[in-house]
Amino acid sequence: MTLLAAEGVRKHFGEHQVLTGVDLSIEAGQVVCLIGASGSGKSTLLRCLNLLETLDDGTLWFDGRDISDPRVDADEVRRDIGMVFQAYNLFPHLSVLDNITLAPRRLRGLSRTAAHEYAYEQLTRFGLADKARAHPDSLSGGQQQRVALVQAMAMSPRVLLLDEVTSALDPELVGEVLDAVRMLADEGLTVVMATHEMTFARDVADRVVYLHEGSVLEEGPAASVLGNPSHERTRSFLSRFLRG
Amino acid sequence: MSVPAVWTASDTQLERLARRRRKARRRTLVSGVSTAVVIAVLVTVVLTSPGWDRVQETYFDWGQAQASLPAILRGFGVTVQVFLVAEALILVVALVVAIVRVLPFPGLAPLKLLAVVYTDVSRGTPTLLVVYLVGFGLPALELQGIPGDPFWLAVIALTFSYGGYVSEVFRAGITSVHPSQWAGGRSLGLSYGQTLRLIVVPQGIRRVLPPLVNDFASLQKDTALIAVLGVAEAFQRAQVEQLREFNYTPLVVAAIGYIVLTVPFARLTDHLALRLARRDQGLT
Ligand SMILES: Nc1ncnc2c1ncn2[C@@H]1O[C@H](COP(=O)(O)OP(=O)(O)OP(=O)(O)O)[C@@H](O)[C@H]1O
Ligand SMILES: [Mg+2]
Repeated sequence: MTLLAAEGVRKHFGEHQVLTGVDLSIEAGQVVCLIGASGSGKSTLLRCLNLLETLDDGTLWFDGRDISDPRVDADEVRRDIGMVFQAYNLFPHLSVLDNITLAPRRLRGLSRTAAHEYAYEQLTRFGLADKARAHPDSLSGGQQQRVALVQAMAMSPRVLLLDEVTSALDPELVGEVLDAVRMLADEGLTVVMATHEMTFARDVADRVVYLHEGSVLEEGPAASVLGNPSHERTRSFLSRFLRG
Repeated sequence: MSVPAVWTASDTQLERLARRRRKARRRTLVSGVSTAVVIAVLVTVVLTSPGWDRVQETYFDWGQAQASLPAILRGFGVTVQVFLVAEALILVVALVVAIVRVLPFPGLAPLKLLAVVYTDVSRGTPTLLVVYLVGFGLPALELQGIPGDPFWLAVIALTFSYGGYVSEVFRAGITSVHPSQWAGGRSLGLSYGQTLRLIVVPQGIRRVLPPLVNDFASLQKDTALIAVLGVAEAFQRAQVEQLREFNYTPLVVAAIGYIVLTVPFARLTDHLALRLARRDQGLT
């Protein structure tokens, strides 16, 4: 079943055509990795999928519904589409616990007790049980990104969009965050992830999408796109990452 | 944290500690002595000045001070009341004005224009002038619902005059919050209003607490300006007392009172600024 799809999506900023007609379709339960050079439009595409940007053209489908229709309540759609950014996801004035429980309590009508119970359970699962009362600033970058994953998951989204969630981290912290993503993927969550972590893409992604200058140049199973790309551009892009 | 509960400091460490203590003691001694010398010189200069006897008589008359104190203290009761009521209103007005100016909705254009004009006028007009205009001008309009009570006229004047300043402080705080915080809130499904209220405004206010408290201190002093309306606050009382005997001591008493009231704000500002600085460096 197709859960999320883009059809001829266009977006420009000023003179710059950033997305020049993106077609993409994401099956429920799949992990899709979005790769491409810096500036190819990965972040912009993810922001469009989460309705954080208004499209210049094209259509977005979520669960069979046209969510790019201006009559759609974007706030309501976003509850079901989680997103984690490169950094600064967390709210520095709130404790880790409040960061996680804020949205589900406000928007899902979760009771305080239920929300706390959920938060502690998830924090424990991600090895962060002792951080519940801490403030985000006192956590390491890796811990912050894991809390951000828990925060996004607390809304029980049907799809999780990840925008280079490890690229602001020190190398030794990347692994712990990728492991957390892998854990969510293994549970059947639908994930769309912009990343430069090619090894992770090869091991975890069901499909890899190569974005070039604002449109999809090549896509397919991780093994074929990464292992045997059919376009010369994809090949040269990958050679910068997979050397050796 | 992982330091063992019991450990014996090495000789080197003990030696270092001792040296540090000696150095600290020497520093305290030097600064103590120099402070004492400066104060002693100042006091001597003032006390031996040719006019000191007359100054002491007209400004530092102990008898006058005691006689005027009860009235002035009652005045400070009113000062504090005006201050508290005006400050509460100022915070509300300022936050509303700041938010109106920040909101991106095109439909709000007329309201925004009003907010800009208000901020400019309120910041550009001397508070004393506002007190006169509001205190004597408003009642002259003889409109229904305009309070005739000088207390409330004073509160309106101070609120008008400070609302513009404080709204700019709020606005600076709100706009300084990183756009990623907006994205963070919205991506969870929070509405624009919820993100503003729960995420952006609290962070913005936290950031501007020191200048905000500083403005409180300033308002505290400016309550003296409403004496011209005949509100029986501290300065007005002191003036009445001063005219009774043509002695300035009551004014000095009032000045000391204002200082005593303002010092806590100053310390609070220092404390908040320090805490913010620490947090920015990730020390808490
Ligand atoms: N809000 C914006 N205003 C103006 N230009 C923008 C904006 N957002 C993105 N761009 C531009 O759009 C282009 C694509 O940006 P985008 O962030 O989507 O690329 P990306 O593929 O995520 O790159 P990276 O790998 O560096 O994160 C860039 O040239 C960027 O400068
Ligand atoms: Mg990006």
